Amino acid sequence: MEAPERLGEVVQASTDRFTAQCYRLYGAPPLGSLVRAGEREPHVYGIVSSVTTSSLDPTRPVVARGASEPTEEAIYRSNPQLERLLRTDFEAMTVGHTQDGTIHQYLAPLPPHIHAFVFRCTPDEVRAFTQRLDFLPLLVGARTPPGDEVLAACLREAASAHDQPTEFLVQAGRKLALLLGGEMQRLNTILRRLPL
Amino acid sequence: MTGREESPEVLGPQLLGVVVGGSLSQGLEVRLEDGGVVEELKVGTFVTIRGERHRFFGMVTDLGLASADPRLPSALPDTTNPAIVRILSGTSAYATMQVTPSLVVGGEETSLLLEGPQPARSIPFHFSRAYRASQEDVQAVFGAEDERHIWIGSPLDMEDTRVCLDLAEFVKRSNGVFGKSGTGKSFLTRILLAGILQRDVAVNLVFDMHSEYGWEGGSEEGHAVKGLKQLFGSRVAVFSLDEESSRRRGLSPDYLVRIGYDQIEPQDIETLAEMLNLTQNAAQATYKLASRHGQQWLREFLALEGREELAALADQLGEHQQTIESLRRRLDRLNRMAFLVERSPEDSVRRILEYLDRGTHVVLEFGRYGSDLSAYLLVANLLTRRIHDSYVRRKEQSLGDRAKEPRPLVITIEEAHRFLNPQVAGLTIFGTIAREMRKYNVTLLVVDQRPSGIDEEVLSQVGTRITCLLDNERDIEAVLTGASGARELRQVLARLEPKQQALIFGHALPMPVVVRTREYGPRTYAEFGFREQAELAREAEKDLKDLFG
Repeated sequence: MEAPERLGEVVQASTDRFTAQCYRLYGAPPLGSLVRAGEREPHVYGIVSSVTTSSLDPTRPVVARGASEPTEEAIYRSNPQLERLLRTDFEAMTVGHTQDGTIHQYLAPLPPHIHAFVFRCTPDEVRAFTQRLDFLPLLVGARTPPGDEVLAACLREAASAHDQPTEFLVQAGRKLALLLGGEMQRLNTILRRLPL
Repeated sequence: MTGREESPEVLGPQLLGVVVGGSLSQGLEVRLEDGGVVEELKVGTFVTIRGERHRFFGMVTDLGLASADPRLPSALPDTTNPAIVRILSGTSAYATMQVTPSLVVGGEETSLLLEGPQPARSIPFHFSRAYRASQEDVQAVFGAEDERHIWIGSPLDMEDTRVCLDLAEFVKRSNGVFGKSGTGKSFLTRILLAGILQRDVAVNLVFDMHSEYGWEGGSEEGHAVKGLKQLFGSRVAVFSLDEESSRRRGLSPDYLVRIGYDQIEPQDIETLAEMLNLTQNAAQATYKLASRHGQQWLREFLALEGREELAALADQLGEHQQTIESLRRRLDRLNRMAFLVERSPEDSVRRILEYLDRGTHVVLEFGRYGSDLSAYLLVANLLTRRIHDSYVRRKEQSLGDRAKEPRPLVITIEEAHRFLNPQVAGLTIFGTIAREMRKYNVTLLVVDQRPSGIDEEVLSQVGTRITCLLDNERDIEAVLTGASGARELRQVLARLEPKQQALIFGHALPMPVVVRTREYGPRTYAEFGFREQAELAREAEKDLKDLFG
């Protein structure tokens, strides 16, 4: 089984979300992917809901440097310090946790610790986690602006880990349809973002 | 995953859905598990619902489509994508069925074990699962054929399951076979009559308007079907009003019915008032005539000739001359009824009673008079009144001695609304019989295509109603008068197929049921007791051999 890739560390945590800083600039996992915080139990699972790259020092804003550079890459080549002056953070919405080896798809009693390692889940882990879709209400209920985008991205990501992606999406779609019973318009918007 | 966690037992009953609402009076609403199944379900399909403590048995009375979001029609998804359709069907958009729970067929109560299915007086709780009823369930509800039950048809989509009618119970009250013409009323009636004969629960007297029950009848497709006489031989006697018609068909009736003018009473004329177009005054005048001239009133009246004689009579009776003249003109029609004779040589009623007492079933064929409603009405009413009188007398005598009790009698009449419409139901004997139920061991089997014409009070006394397709709103309304769950049954009734399907409900069945009626024809005569000549001969030969080696 392939080892999960370690992406970074938790730098901010609350009950329903945590933020991790990546070890590498631009080393964030894609939107909607499943990550796990914590090297040992209890693990906290999250779905990547936003990625931000900014200046490491908030008092030193980033300035444009490419006026005399022929390509974008050339900017980084000429300014190797940039790798150290910029940081990439990603935020994950908590969707579950483990306790005594069992995965629970609801909020953890406590958020992950600061500096807890954050791993990107392997396809096996993704498949195991998405065998059940009881975490969908957490995403449906998160009314933060890109909420439904995250939801759709999450399903797309998860589908690619399954042997029969379409079948997975149909079952997930049915679950969503029940959750969004009275919100046909919203359901349609999400379904349009799925590769059905 | 949302998949089928509840994998229905393989080969077990098919899970249809879960109860999501409803009431005992309005029926239960069941959300269907799989949208597609709605196309397979039919109004009238049997369903069992497994409640927490009881198992309920009911019938689908309506099917519907619903959506979780009322704005579905305006927020239409991409329905060309099969995956999206799969996602939405059964979730955002789903099908429902309305089920009326009629019986409790299983559960914890001991009475169920002892007495079988009980009427449902409660309902299953939310989320109880509804299954397509299994054959065993249906059989448990509708029983099997035995000495008092006959097989009348099969539930829809369950060709191998039999719905049985409790004939012993059936003949205790008056019953009706309804349906517009060509829907199979006569076939159903034949099955019922044959059943009564076979099970020997009563003796039949059939007023056979179109001469189709006695020797031979015709099917819609034009081929002949055997009548009771052909199936049951000497146990059935065919009486005829019209010798000529019988001879033309190559039959010799067991008895030729003749009716004397002296047997006709003013009441008989009054019941014909509508048919003969009599004014009320004219009808009333007959009573005066009878009280003045006694038994021979009609013969004497019809013998009068010329205006002077009629005028003199009007004078005597204190009636207007016009009234008497019009009465005379209208009654002229009776002169054309050849079965009416001055004085009947033999009492037909006594003859019929003799046969009935011996347990021989009587079919009275009307021949050409079948097309003359007034003749049918007159004869049926007149004979029945006197037979009923005799039954009443004998039943009263038998109060001291049960052995003298007359055999239960079922009288079959067609075009029943003519006898039982609100205007004449109070006058004809049939209204009386329908109302007094089985008090005197006489009940009716009314066959009619216009039940709305039948007096409401009479209709409410009809125990079991067997209805083929009716399309007139008023007729549907009338048939369902007094039935519990009429609103739901209406849905069922309006959707019967035009042939070979009937809705049956009433006292001889535990619950309403839609059946594909049992076949009555060449392939099934044997089931009704018919044996071919060749077979009889073979049997006789075998008997001889057994006897003499």
